[in-house]
Amino acid sequence: MTAQSKIENRKSKIGAYWSLTKPSQSGLLLATGLAGYMSARCPVFNISTILQLSASLFFAIAGSTILNMWWDRDIDAKMGRTQKRATAKGLLNDKEILIVGAVVSIVGVGWAFAMDALYGLIVFAGWFFDVIVYSVWLKRRTCWSIVWGGISGAMPILAGRVLGLGFIDWVGLMLALGVLLWIPTHTLTFSMKFQKDYADAGVPTFPSTYGLDVTRLAIALSSVLAAAAMIAAAIGIGMDWGFLRLLGVLSAGLFALAAAMTFKPTERVNFGLFKYASVYMLAAMILVVLEVI
Amino acid sequence: MKPSTRDRALLLLTALLAAYQVSAGIDGFDALPIAAYTVAFGVLLVAALLIFILGFDALDSPIVAIVSTIIPLSLAVGLIHQRAASLRPPYLIFAIVGFLAVALTRSLPVPGKSPTIVLAVTHGIAGLTIFLLPIILSVQGKTQPLFSLVGVGGALIGVGGLLLSFLKTGKPILSRETIMRLFPGLLLLTTTCFVAGFKFGQ
Repeated sequence: MTAQSKIENRKSKIGAYWSLTKPSQSGLLLATGLAGYMSARCPVFNISTILQLSASLFFAIAGSTILNMWWDRDIDAKMGRTQKRATAKGLLNDKEILIVGAVVSIVGVGWAFAMDALYGLIVFAGWFFDVIVYSVWLKRRTCWSIVWGGISGAMPILAGRVLGLGFIDWVGLMLALGVLLWIPTHTLTFSMKFQKDYADAGVPTFPSTYGLDVTRLAIALSSVLAAAAMIAAAIGIGMDWGFLRLLGVLSAGLFALAAAMTFKPTERVNFGLFKYASVYMLAAMILVVLEVI
Repeated sequence: MKPSTRDRALLLLTALLAAYQVSAGIDGFDALPIAAYTVAFGVLLVAALLIFILGFDALDSPIVAIVSTIIPLSLAVGLIHQRAASLRPPYLIFAIVGFLAVALTRSLPVPGKSPTIVLAVTHGIAGLTIFLLPIILSVQGKTQPLFSLVGVGGALIGVGGLLLSFLKTGKPILSRETIMRLFPGLLLLTTTCFVAGFKFGQ
């Protein structure tokens, strides 16, 4: 093997591992963690803490995502949506993926514990709920596994706030509840859109267990409750009246789409709610950050 | 029809401007104008985001006729409350009745031309209020000259509404493609005029 091809091989391997971290999803979760930290109105411009928070959270989230991909490689290979993943295509060595996932996880969670014990515990809880409870234990057994996936996704924002405050408060729990309730909008829409894929892979989903109508109702309800939780958290943070108005407007958009999804469901409305919910969550996080700045 | 990158950029800018207006541009007003402008710019914001996400096909929904009535009505109610105190109660009644009439005639199977007439009258009165009131006030020197930009915004949103209305009735003034190509720019220009008018013209 020439030096050039070695470098290219290394580059493509790094690229493959990078894709296993699901950069967009990890980035959004990281953003929630940073917003949670800033919501505590602590000295947020402490660069060292911000960098360490970002790094520890990113490693913990990326590590758990890599381990999920490793565990699910057999079912990913059966689903059109996921069969191009490096794990499903066998582009990387399985044992190596496991080692990399474990090492990245240990670095992330360990770093979090080194920063603060309670922060570390919450980051570890997020990792544990995601990898062990959601992926390994429940994903192939029950469609309710997404609740645990959601709890895991809610941990970064709670962890961030706890790092800023030093304790768990109701605002942190509301922020976490907002993220937890937002996640079904995402995952249930996916499970509706790729219903056949999940059926082929034998993964139980809400649509396959309870039907499309119940799933749509669950999405609409969780969107509305997510917005309500975010508004409650924003009031608890003491958000500026103007930003509250803006959050109210964005929430009204979410309510309208949720209503359309319930009473006049179409593929387009379904997709619209799915995308809008992501924009909503990102905007809510930006407002929390702007509030502090 | 999918928005191009340019269209998406224009829609995003529109959403950001509307977001600014909701969060910071109307501070210090009375409760009613704040509520009215929040609704108007909120609808603009959510509409820009939905077109960004779903594409121009989102404008084909029958609910667009009802929702688009909210923008001129809310703006007009806010302007009347701030600038024409004697007309407050009758105008508020007109706005509520007008909106309900549009919503009912567009939701229920109403025969004849009633839905079109109701829509035209409601839009017409609200549109003329937004167009004329700021211009008259600035000409009279009761506001800064730049407040007339709100009137320009009213005229522009009226043009957009007309283009879409004629398109929906099957007698388009311009082709659908041309209207959709113009729409994001028109929406941004309208929002810019409103925001600048309120910011620099009060």
